[in-house]
Amino acid sequence: MINKEFFFKGFKSILAPDSPALALGCCFIAIGALLKNLGFNIQESIFSTMLTYALPGSLVMAESLLVGASLLNIFLAVWFVNARLYPMAVSLFPLMMHKSQPRWKYYFSCHFIAVSAWLIMKSKYKGIEKKHRIDFWIGIGCATWTTAVIGTFIGFYASDYLDKNMMMGLAILNPIYFLCMMVGAMKTIQIGASVILGLLLGPIFYFLSPEWSILLGGLVGGTIAYLIGELSVN
Amino acid sequence: MSTSIVLAILVTSLATFSSRLLGVISSEGIKETSKLFRYFNCLAYSTLAALIARTIIFPVGVLSDASYLSRIVVVLFCLFIFFISKRNFVYPTVISAIMMTVLSNYL
Repeated sequence: MINKEFFFKGFKSILAPDSPALALGCCFIAIGALLKNLGFNIQESIFSTMLTYALPGSLVMAESLLVGASLLNIFLAVWFVNARLYPMAVSLFPLMMHKSQPRWKYYFSCHFIAVSAWLIMKSKYKGIEKKHRIDFWIGIGCATWTTAVIGTFIGFYASDYLDKNMMMGLAILNPIYFLCMMVGAMKTIQIGASVILGLLLGPIFYFLSPEWSILLGGLVGGTIAYLIGELSVN
Repeated sequence: MSTSIVLAILVTSLATFSSRLLGVISSEGIKETSKLFRYFNCLAYSTLAALIARTIIFPVGVLSDASYLSRIVVVLFCLFIFFISKRNFVYPTVISAIMMTVLSNYL
């Protein structure tokens, strides 16, 4: 079963002064308010955050519903936006795989892959013994997931008191927080080049294809950064 | 709950979970010291950076109503705060919300 000591150690990590809990909670407050304005009731709003737990995907779903898109269109639009979760999982789970741990933990906890939890785990995994990293990860995931659900709940009921300017203020929190975290993570040539190229190529590819821009920017930028890093090592 | 919204949520969660689950299944044979792992690490950071840039420059939702100028001013000022505060994440994050709320009134 789950090791409680490491689970709670992970859970408490979002209470750290530099944790993303504040930014994450504020962004889901904005999502809760947005979903209410779109006609979702409180159950649907909470259900959406619990099952999806990915900000860009929730936004795309909301926008698609607004323009009356079909379910297939919603699936494809969300899949394109959230396909970034695939390389995120592949670059995180090998750090946590241990033969003594049951596989269900990995399949269950992949639901928690999101930028906030991923960045916390990436910055803290070295301090945790490999055998217990999955329990630590589940703790982080439960904490960030709970924060998102509480944020949605607050946003849904606070939406009547939030004007448009305040909503904009809440919406910019998350990208700014993640931008600072990414810049803070630029400690090697490969990661530095990955972040800079991603920041440049994402918007450039948007002019070619809005749907593919994130994936293309990530694929081209990441590949070039990897090659730059390997060449510099050699 | 209305059926169409529930179906949309289920479809959205399916599209999201499939990427996560495929990632976990693919990572079973990858060692953390391998070149393939380093490659996917680069892809992940680059994709996230592309997502952040797109969210700020071509946003969807309420942020799309904020002017380009106000968004750029907030981003640059917050990066400046991040560096002068010895890479503290909290100050620029809190300041960004206050700045955007104020600037969206004027810019």
